[in-house]
Amino acid sequence: MKVSIYRYNPDTDREPSMKEYEVDTQGKDLMVLDVLNLVKEQDPSMAYRRSCREGVCGSDGMNINGKNGLACITPLSEVAPGVKDGKKPLVLRPLPGLPVIRDLVVDMTMFYNQYEKVQPYLQNDTPAPAIERLQTPEDRAKLDGLYECILCACCSTSCPSFWWNPEKFLGPAALLQSYRFLADSRDEATEERLSRLDDPFSLFRCHGIMNCVSVCPKGLNPTRAIGHIRSMLLERGV
Amino acid sequence: MSIRTITFDAIVVGGGGAGMRASLQMAQSGFKTALISKVFPTRSHTVSAQGGITCAIASSDPNDDWRWHMYDTVKGSDYIGDQEAIEYMCQVGPEAVFELDHMGLPFSRTEEGRIYQRPFGGQSKNFGEGGQAARTCAAADRTGHALLHTLYQQNLKNGTQFYNEWYAADLVKDADDNVCGVIAISIETGETVFFKAKATVFATGGAGRIYSSTTNALINTGDGVGMALRAGVPVQDMEMWQFHPTGIAGAGTLVTEGCRGEGGYLINKDGERFMERYAPNAKDLASRDVVARSMMMEILDGRGDGPDGDYVYLKLDHLGEEVLHSRLPGICELSITFAQVDPVKEPIPVVPTCHYMMGGIPTNVNGQALKFSGGHEGEDQFVNGLFAVGEVACVSVHGANRLGGNSLLDLVVFGRAAGLHIEEALRQGMTQYEPSEADLERALSRVNRWNDSKDGESVSSLRKELQSTMQNHFGVFRKGDLMEEGVQKLAKLRERIANAHLEDKSQSFNTARIEALELDNLLEVAEATALAASGRTESRGAHSRYDFPDRDDENWLCHSVFDPTSKKLGKRDVNFKPKTVDTFQPKIRTY
Repeated sequence: MKVSIYRYNPDTDREPSMKEYEVDTQGKDLMVLDVLNLVKEQDPSMAYRRSCREGVCGSDGMNINGKNGLACITPLSEVAPGVKDGKKPLVLRPLPGLPVIRDLVVDMTMFYNQYEKVQPYLQNDTPAPAIERLQTPEDRAKLDGLYECILCACCSTSCPSFWWNPEKFLGPAALLQSYRFLADSRDEATEERLSRLDDPFSLFRCHGIMNCVSVCPKGLNPTRAIGHIRSMLLERGV
Repeated sequence: MSIRTITFDAIVVGGGGAGMRASLQMAQSGFKTALISKVFPTRSHTVSAQGGITCAIASSDPNDDWRWHMYDTVKGSDYIGDQEAIEYMCQVGPEAVFELDHMGLPFSRTEEGRIYQRPFGGQSKNFGEGGQAARTCAAADRTGHALLHTLYQQNLKNGTQFYNEWYAADLVKDADDNVCGVIAISIETGETVFFKAKATVFATGGAGRIYSSTTNALINTGDGVGMALRAGVPVQDMEMWQFHPTGIAGAGTLVTEGCRGEGGYLINKDGERFMERYAPNAKDLASRDVVARSMMMEILDGRGDGPDGDYVYLKLDHLGEEVLHSRLPGICELSITFAQVDPVKEPIPVVPTCHYMMGGIPTNVNGQALKFSGGHEGEDQFVNGLFAVGEVACVSVHGANRLGGNSLLDLVVFGRAAGLHIEEALRQGMTQYEPSEADLERALSRVNRWNDSKDGESVSSLRKELQSTMQNHFGVFRKGDLMEEGVQKLAKLRERIANAHLEDKSQSFNTARIEALELDNLLEVAEATALAASGRTESRGAHSRYDFPDRDDENWLCHSVFDPTSKKLGKRDVNFKPKTVDTFQPKIRTY
């Protein structure tokens, strides 16, 4: 099959280019990461991030034939019709909207900065008991669909609002984590968390485009979480 | 010499659970601490841990007792786990787990609002007399992910200085073998830097990538063990590799033991629940070495399924969709993705798969690395300046076989213990050892070797050969002559790797260079494993030999210690002196 990959090495290249590779998949429905590993055997200079190869570490987010996803859990048959059979090329590009360091590796500093801005850690000044802080199964269930985020950045880098204002709009990943702590019955910093979001950009630049939902490899729904925060901000304003 | 030096009180190498628990402790104390990780910390392999963290927090059973957990762990280790260390882990465990809850870890809950605990293999009540216990604290089947993210978040809160995507290449030591820090490379820019510190903590994780088939992440290349061996630091019990019973056939992806804890069981191609024959009491919840061997016996006896008859099945459908989706959601996802099987409807094809390195750098409970000085504990000496925690360390709490759920406990308990110890030592004044120019040159020699290489074989082909050698010669069942062949192959591979070629010499995000440096570490781990495995002439825990099928307490109720300088295998006494309970005496191990 044919694979077309975005290549750029700042040491040697003036500008990026797409490079074509021919890979023998023996007709198997490999994961995109397996194909990349075969390319790297041919061309060790190919750079990309990878770690767990099972969709839980979030290293290998990339743009696969136009859609963001994790290379390690995207089988060729799901990329686009014809890709697995070699009728259409597999096209790999770095996640859009972030600076490219080399090949498929992007600089995620802006993404991590936004994550840090939501103070993504439990805040509770009440002295802790000798055992765990109790939490009902119902309260715990409120964290489902939030805590599972793997920080792969597929969502934020598919969001037009994040492309426009990556410094001011927190983006879907950071806002999902913001709500993860707002929703935690053990967290006491609700008011402070909300007041930090109450400006025209941090949250309100979300226009409900829902690209984040359609690309999330873990099936999470940042738009819904943003909606919950919106309601909390409105209630607080009343 | 023009290498940049960055100085800290303490550096931690590795951003998994153990490393981040240690760095958190030290950051809270205000000492200047850096964490160096070759990946962004939440990409570390702890993230893949599923089933939970085993600890007697007395939630599922209000009468649970850490001593029962200790008994299970000692028995699980096949009696070569150090009892003082196991005692410490099981006793301190509850405090360390409650701290994780206070930090925000989203544990699953019971109706009473307490942390949910599930049964895991090898667990018992009342010192093996009271039936199956449920002692593994869980956040659904994503406990490692929840734990790792929680620890990263707490490190952010407490201002740990992160060097993410920096690769530690080698230890720097002075002429007297005192550790002064590490040489590390910025993956992004290619810059090579000397990180100087009074305390260097290795938390580099495991090395499952020495095998072709493993549950381990691609980054698990034994960097800490490699660095230690090259610096002349001995390693212990390297023959002890855990094969997890349930890796997805073909893919190697882990399926948690929690599946069997929740009531799943293994069947052969005839649909028979075969564990009833091998472990009549514990059945599918016997300890991992026992279950993995039983599965291999079924396969070797022709009762495996598939085109090559090389796997059995994990049956879960009888648990019902609701239990599977609430307790094991991640497993349902993984199974559909990697086995194309929905466990709600069909059993998952599984096979024992390399999972965990019980051996590693010998340490005491404070994480201080030990030098071997000839026979008896008490005579151990410290490697000044070097600490190890987590999978790279051999405290040893797992001995010859680790119990499920004990690795996450090991991480937080000993990451924390090392942090506490170093904090106190720094307060009292630790020595900063100073390397000479020649010492630094020596530490840089390996990086320079690759950078100067002009031709030779490729890294990826040598890595494949190494992995298949380990897979074929040092698997679940072992045999003297077969291992001897493996040792010979590795010796040849050592020569070839020493002459291998790094074609890409560029600076920015050069992953080819990192993979070359990792290959050296894979080789060091493989060789230590091979020589320790052929040297231990008995069967114990995960180490199972056709030619020595029985446990030999007379000669081998001890640790093996591999000395990299002489390449000889020595013995070290097991600690049988817990502080607050009576010694658990070795018994015949049945489940």
